[in-house]
Amino acid sequence: MSEKYLKLSPTIHLAPRIIRNLRERIVELLLLGAAISSIATTIGILGILIYESFSFFQQVSIIKFLTDTEWSPLFENPRYGVVPLVSGTLVTTVVALSLAIPLGTIAAIYLSEFASPKLREIAKPCLEILAGIPTVVYGYFAYLFVTPLLQIPLPDLPGSNMLSAGLVMGIMIIPYVSSISEDAMRAVPVHLREGSYAMGATRLQTALRVVFPAAISGISAAYILGISRAVGETMIVAIAAGLQPILTWNPMEEAATITAYIVGVTQGDLPHGSLEYQTIFAAGLVLVLMTLVFNILGHFLTKRYREVY
Amino acid sequence: MTIDNLHQLHRLIARNRFWEKIFIVFGILSLLVGIITLLALLIDMTIDGLPRLSWQFFTSFPSRKYEEAGILSAWVGTCLVILVTAIAAIPIGIASGIYLEEYAKKNWLGDIIEINVTNLAGIPSIIYGLLALGLFVEQLKLGRSILTAGLTLSLLVLPIVIVTTREAIRAIPNSIREAACALGASKWQTIWDHILPYSIGSILTGIIIGLARAVGETAPLITIGALTFIAFLPDSPFKSEFPYISFNWLQAEFTVMPIQMFNWVSRPDPEFQSNAAAAGVVLVFMTLAMNAIAIFIRYRLRRRIKW
Repeated sequence: MSEKYLKLSPTIHLAPRIIRNLRERIVELLLLGAAISSIATTIGILGILIYESFSFFQQVSIIKFLTDTEWSPLFENPRYGVVPLVSGTLVTTVVALSLAIPLGTIAAIYLSEFASPKLREIAKPCLEILAGIPTVVYGYFAYLFVTPLLQIPLPDLPGSNMLSAGLVMGIMIIPYVSSISEDAMRAVPVHLREGSYAMGATRLQTALRVVFPAAISGISAAYILGISRAVGETMIVAIAAGLQPILTWNPMEEAATITAYIVGVTQGDLPHGSLEYQTIFAAGLVLVLMTLVFNILGHFLTKRYREVY
Repeated sequence: MTIDNLHQLHRLIARNRFWEKIFIVFGILSLLVGIITLLALLIDMTIDGLPRLSWQFFTSFPSRKYEEAGILSAWVGTCLVILVTAIAAIPIGIASGIYLEEYAKKNWLGDIIEINVTNLAGIPSIIYGLLALGLFVEQLKLGRSILTAGLTLSLLVLPIVIVTTREAIRAIPNSIREAACALGASKWQTIWDHILPYSIGSILTGIIIGLARAVGETAPLITIGALTFIAFLPDSPFKSEFPYISFNWLQAEFTVMPIQMFNWVSRPDPEFQSNAAAAGVVLVFMTLAMNAIAIFIRYRLRRRIKW
């Protein structure tokens, strides 16, 4: 009897513990697998873009791609110069930012330093709704409301133009800029403000000369996020700025962006493996590299100007 | 202090007060720009689209005749695609969030995953469409189907779910973990029985906001080749015979609300553009309703939980 008990005892006491440890290990591995899916996504994106662009660049030289000023891959004599698409992207981005950065920054300073808590509680969600509206709805608004409105003072404005697309895009970006900038400014310690007030500065002087510089790393991160949004925005420009790849720096003309080109081409039926099919991946690679440059720039700016309290 | 100096001081104070008032006016104006635009957008679209909103609009397929066209295939498509997105993104997103917050050690793997999630959130949505076109459609041969679309959008939503899960878990005080540990609970038991139930409300908020974004997302779905003219519904998931459930609808071709709207906007005739406005009203209503639910949940939670 006692022999049997001795034999059984390790299994009775150890079995639950082994099962329990095993279960813990399995759960951890499953969770790790889920977390690694994000790395797989990044690898997938870069892999697909580089793979398809590679076959594209075997037929079109990279130098031609970067320097030719005409983009007409669907014509008889196709030409593959990405410059017009990049110029369209940059013009709409600059128009959007020249609206979003001043308005977003002023709104952020006002909400953080001047507004009463009650106003802030109301205004913040209202601004965040702006970021939640589907972009195709903004495209509709830019094309059928803002453009006709702009045509009253500017009668020569064509129906598709980068100006109205950029302006509406700027409105859409305001909440991205203002909400992150405001968080950065509210994180500035109160004693810096108190020190400034003690020296006789007004609230405005404190906001502009103490709080703003102290929060500059967060604010520049907000700007960078705004730039990435503007560069990658698709539906507003596809609807309101047109689908013609034209090399122009004038926002009052129509021109396609990189994203608008991809949307325009994929609306039709693209045979897999054709050169046209590969162009969208080459264009996508340029887009990813542009956003990547801005992101890295933002990273360094943030590090460079970070203030340690 | 002489009288002169005093006058100078008064002028200085007056000037500073003046600039401060000017700035406040600018601050209110820049807030108003956004809010007025929002109102103009909503009012303009409602005026254009309201005459077209009728029962018939919700129960008809797209048509060459604008007065017969409707959004039946579009809203059914949106619901099915979002269902796939939710099923794919919620478990993976929550699991990654838990791993990063509770398990990940401070080493290179944790750092890489962390940087990755931040970067993924900044990649333009159309790039996800290219990934789906190259990988899901061409390599894995999933076709231009509801399954492909749902998976594409789930990749897009994943960073949002991960970030909100992490924030929700981080907000739970360590005393809870220590108490569970002291009673002999294992790590996973602590998470499953305590951490998750306490944070599920905030996680849900993030999920709803992410899905609302997926509802409005257009570009990646155009890229994978969603059609704009679908005059049929996908196969029904429920059958009258055994096994009563069918997954054929996953392979069906589809359209969604924003693509239907985009198609109508790009037509030159104004009648179709008023159809686009009507579809836009429905779309905005859907996304705003989802956001409102999320805000409501957040508000309820804030009142209930006090650590």
